[in-house]
Formats: sequence, C-alpha cells, structure tokens
Amino acid sequence: MPIHYGSKKLNYITVSSTVATQIPHAVGAAYSMKMEKKDACTITYFGDGGSSTGDFHAGLNFSAVMEAPVIFFCRNNGWAISTPINDQLRSDGIVVRGKGYGIPSIRVDGNDALAIYSAVYEARKMAIEKQTPVLIEALTYRAGHHSTSDDSTKYRPADEIEWWRDGQNPVKRFRTWIENNGWWSDQVESEHRSNIRKQLSQAIQAAERVEKPPVADLFSDVYDVPPTNLNEQEASLREHIKKHAQEYPSNVAV
Amino acid sequence: KVRVAKRRHSRSRKPEFAPQSNRLQTKTKPNKTTSPLLLRPLTNRYINLTTFSPFISVSPHYHFNKTKWLRSSIQSELSPLLTPINPTPDPFSRKVGFVMVRSDAAKININTRIGSSRPHHFVTNAVATKPDASSPPSTASKSGHEVLLFDALKEGLEEEMDRDARVCVMGEDVGHYGGSYKVTKGLAPKFGDLRVLDTPIAENAFTGMGIGAAMMGLRPIIEGMNMGFLLLAFNQISNNCGMLHYTSGGQFKIPVVIRGPGGVGRQLGAEHSQRLESYFQSIPGIQMVACSTPYNAKGLMKAAIRSDNPVILFEHVLLYNLKETIPDEEYVLNLEEAEMVRPGEHVTILTYSRMRYHVMQAAKTLVNKGYDPEVIDIRSLKPFDLHTIGNSIKKTHRVLIVEECMRTGGIGASLTAAINENFQDYLDAPIVCLSSQDVPTPYAGTLEEWTVVQPPQIVAAVEQLCQ
Repeated sequence: MPIHYGSKKLNYITVSSTVATQIPHAVGAAYSMKMEKKDACTITYFGDGGSSTGDFHAGLNFSAVMEAPVIFFCRNNGWAISTPINDQLRSDGIVVRGKGYGIPSIRVDGNDALAIYSAVYEARKMAIEKQTPVLIEALTYRAGHHSTSDDSTKYRPADEIEWWRDGQNPVKRFRTWIENNGWWSDQVESEHRSNIRKQLSQAIQAAERVEKPPVADLFSDVYDVPPTNLNEQEASLREHIKKHAQEYPSNVAV
Repeated sequence: KVRVAKRRHSRSRKPEFAPQSNRLQTKTKPNKTTSPLLLRPLTNRYINLTTFSPFISVSPHYHFNKTKWLRSSIQSELSPLLTPINPTPDPFSRKVGFVMVRSDAAKININTRIGSSRPHHFVTNAVATKPDASSPPSTASKSGHEVLLFDALKEGLEEEMDRDARVCVMGEDVGHYGGSYKVTKGLAPKFGDLRVLDTPIAENAFTGMGIGAAMMGLRPIIEGMNMGFLLLAFNQISNNCGMLHYTSGGQFKIPVVIRGPGGVGRQLGAEHSQRLESYFQSIPGIQMVACSTPYNAKGLMKAAIRSDNPVILFEHVLLYNLKETIPDEEYVLNLEEAEMVRPGEHVTILTYSRMRYHVMQAAKTLVNKGYDPEVIDIRSLKPFDLHTIGNSIKKTHRVLIVEECMRTGGIGASLTAAINENFQDYLDAPIVCLSSQDVPTPYAGTLEEWTVVQPPQIVAAVEQLCQ
C-alpha cells in the first residue's frame, strides 16, 4: 500500500493502513505540542468512512477534553470503496459530529481550493491561539477508483463519475480563476507539463537504478537494536539463501 | 522421605522447612522460618492428598483464614526481615519463628525452641542451606528502605519523571485519584495535570494518543487500569506501536511503556483476570517484561522508560502489597535478563510473576523431600533470556515451566518450543509445563483457585520429572 510514506524532516508522520488510527495519534502529537508550548498544531486527514470508526469518536472526544491544538480534516467524498455515504451514516454529514463533541466545526466546498485554503488558515490560527481542536469537513467526490484493484463502474454509474469530473473538477475551477487573473495561460501550462514529465521520468529512472533492499533490511528497525532472536533468524536466513542461491533472484544483496 | 502422617498430628506445631536462598539475605545463610501456623495445614493436607489419600474431599479453607494465609505466605517468602534462626542448620530441631516487619535490617532473634524430640526423617544434605552464590550484591546489607511493590513502581516512575521532562503518564484515574492501584499517587500534584493525564474511557484512543505523542518525542507511560482492558487497544499496540518504527524506516521511534495489573486476582471475574502476555507475545517490535518483586519492579520500570522500544510491563494484581527493602541508590535492571531466584542441581523451574511465589513455596516442600530445584524468574517474556535458561538446562537437564497463562498459546507454550529447539540435546526428560486450563477464570473462589497452578501440583510435577 503506498500510504506508509513518512518524513521526520518534513513533519509528516507515518500512518498505518488501519483506517483512522492516525486520529488518536494526531491528538497525542497535539498533546505533546501543548506540553512543550510549541507554536504549532497538528492536522490529520481521513475520509467519510474513517469517521465511522471508534478511533474517530474517541479521538475527537479526547481532543475536546484536552483542548489539544489539532485540526481534523475530513474529506467526505461520498464513497468508502463501494459504500455510498447514505450507507455510511445518517447524520447530516460529519460536521455535526464535531458539534456533538464540543468542537468548533465547519463544512467547506471540497472542490474549491481557495475555500479550503482560507478554512485551514483560520483553523490553524484558532487551534494555536485558542488551544482548541477544529473539525473541517470538505465535501467533494471521489472521481477515481478506490485503488488500482478497484473498478468503481461496478457499483456506480459511469455518467455520475463523468459529471463530477467534468463539471466540478477542482483543478479546472482553480485554473479558471488563475487564468482570469492573468497568472496562467495555455502556453504556461504546456511548458509546466513537459517540465513535470521530464522530472518524473528522471525520478523514475533514478528509482529504477536503486538496488533492491538487502536481507538485512528485513530485520532492521524492528527494534532500535536487533535482539538475539532476530540475529539468529537473520543468520539462518542468510545461510539458507547462500546455500540455495540459485533459487533466489541474484540482484538482491544478501 | 518425610513421613507425612506425623505431620498431620503436628498441625499445631510449626515445623521448620529448609531455608530458601534469598537474594536479599546477607552472606550469612539464615534458616528462614515459614510463616507459622497458617501455612502448614494446607500443605499438610495436600501432601496427604497426593501421597496417601486418592479420594479426599478438599476444602482448603475450612480451618484457616485463606486471605490471611495467602498474604502471609507470600510475605514470608520474600520478607528479608524474617527472623533468621541460628545459622548452623540443624535439621532435626524445630523452631518457632514469627513474621516481623522491622525498619532496619538488623537481626532480632526471638526464636524459642519448642523441642527437638519429634523425629524428622529429613534427608540431611537436602536440608542444608544453600549459599546464594549467584546473587548480585545484596541489597539488604547496605542501607536501604522498605517499600511495597506499588511504591517501588511509583519511585521508579517518579525518578524517571524527575530525570527527563519528556516522561509523562496517561491513563484512567491516574491523576489526582492516584491510579487504581495507587502507582501514580502523588504524581499529579507534583508534575501537573498535563504530565499525569486523566483520560476518558477509550483504551484504543489513549494508547493511540500515547503513540502519537511518542512519535513527536515524548516518552509516555500508558496505564491500563487492568491489563484486560488493553485488549481494546490491541489494534493500536499491534498495528502501530509495534510497526511504525519499521514502516517509517526508522524515522519515528515509539518509546512508550504500556503497563498495568493483570493475572488472576481474587474473584475479580473472567474479564478482569486476563493474562495478556499470551496475546501480545507475537507482536513484532515490542518487548515484554514481567515484574515480581519490589526490587525488580522498580528496576524494570526504569529500564522500560529508558528504552527506545515499546515495552509492555506486566504487573500482577496480587503482588502490589509485597514488601521488600530496596537500595537507596539508583539502579536500573536489564530488560532482557532472567533472575536466578534459587540455584539448584536437579531441575530447572522457569516461572514469572505471581507463580514465582507458588514455586518458591513448592520448593520448600521439595527441599525437604530431598530435591534441589533451581528456580529462575524469567522476567523477560519477549525475548526470552535463553542464555540464563540454557546454562541452567545444561546443568540440570530437566525443565519445569510454571505459568499462569492458559495452556494454549501461552508463554509456556512458546518457551517450551524455544527450549526444545535450542537445547534438545541437553534434556533428559520432556519439558513439563504447568499452566492454567483453557477456561475463563471462574468467579467462585474455590474454582478460581483450581484454575491457577498450586504448589502441590508443582511438587508432584517435579517428583515425576525427577524419576
């Protein structure tokens, strides 16, 4: 699953595949900022499906009680794999749940880039200055499939997808706005696209040249220092691979 | 062999059992007395059961106060201040000792010899005291202070919180209430409500909170009011706590300590008598330790807090009131080391937490019967200290595992597999593992007692193993 990226340098915390487990993490991170009195807040993202989990409710409740500076950003795109919003919840969206927990909440048009920008800007200010959590529900639509192994035309009409993609496309809307302001044009766009394409192909080529991770990577970072049982397991695996080298790919370092 | 029939008549007497090597004892090997009166009848009765009467209606409670017995038998096992008898062992004499709690480590001898006329057919060399050569420098010989186990945990916690401002505690009722077992008492007024955080009732959420805070650099201690409640946090513990260091490529570390009381208590019911070490042992990325004495509780608490890995510290509901003298100076124990409780030659008994005390009680009986058990408190449940265990097996060639977990999938099951895998050549007999049955813990007191491994079972198992 391509969701486990994280970067300590960029303050981007690794999340887990189990949906919405990052919500209590965000509350905990906000708690640590509160303890250290940092001029910072946490923001965490989840979907309409994630708002049904236990972690969502407990996390929101905790953040309200603890007055933690965290922004809960819910992307309500109407679909949780194949579950439409009407089968997910019967409340008036997710924004009313925030109100139920005593959290200032706002609903924004998720396809309007400027609206989202303003809302998050204000939310951050509020979270830090007033030390309060904020819930933002962004209403949008999942135009693509859930994942590469999903074909959403199986459970929703293709023309619905087309309608959203053509008519409500947020990228198109934003583009219209910046074009009207004279900051963008077709020519700039084509230059930009070819630029990006070049960068991408360079990145892909560089990535393809990188060596596959060695056997040692299987055992590293489980703990800070590998304990004896893991060292033993690693040694026995290496021995096995060396003995049967022809059964395993030769381009992987042992 | 001991003539049990005699013992039955001597119920009012307080026969002496051979002393156990106690790490806390000073270099002179005093003969420890057992807790008088209250302890004897039960053991007598059970010895009768196993050796003479195949059919007996057992009512272990009928003529003594079980609660008092349980408490004092555990106390007598580890109180280093128990009156030592005359250091030269005299197996044929009987002495009466009293359990006394003193604030200093000086020996006060208030024994009276009731009489040595009653013949005891002890095997002489089995009763001889054993110098505890493998014990670390004794703690009772220098200055020390007496604490109860929950106090020792609190001391460890407080010292670490003083030492590192990033250490914080979160859990239900840990703040001004002081924790359900008073482990965090007095910490909230001292460190503030934010550092000793009372949480609403959602274990998965506050465990997740702790993990998130840890990834940002704090060092939280997450308390489960009872270990059983941490089952609700299983998702966060297994999917996140154990994994995020790995899935983030080492970028984010999760130095949390998850602790709480577990194990079978006194009629707490099935849901509050869980042995979670069985369920957690498979999770990669975590470490598990179990404390059993005030000394190792404090040491393990400090070590767990200082560790950069997530550590689960298993405490036991019935051990919080154990009293012991621990050193004044600071000490930290090794998280991965087992503790040699009693060196011996005949059989290795591996145990942890509360079962340690049942084993030591059985050891007394065994010594009188002529056996010399080696008792190891494994302490580190993940990973196992196979070095200490292996050395012991190479010496004794017989292994008995005594645990409180259920038969299926418990710590004993894993330990049996690990020992078989690594020390097969050194074993003279198959490993015997005594564990609880695969049943939820009953509420009825008598049934609950039968679900936990009792000393007579241990004695019987050793006898069988040594045949």
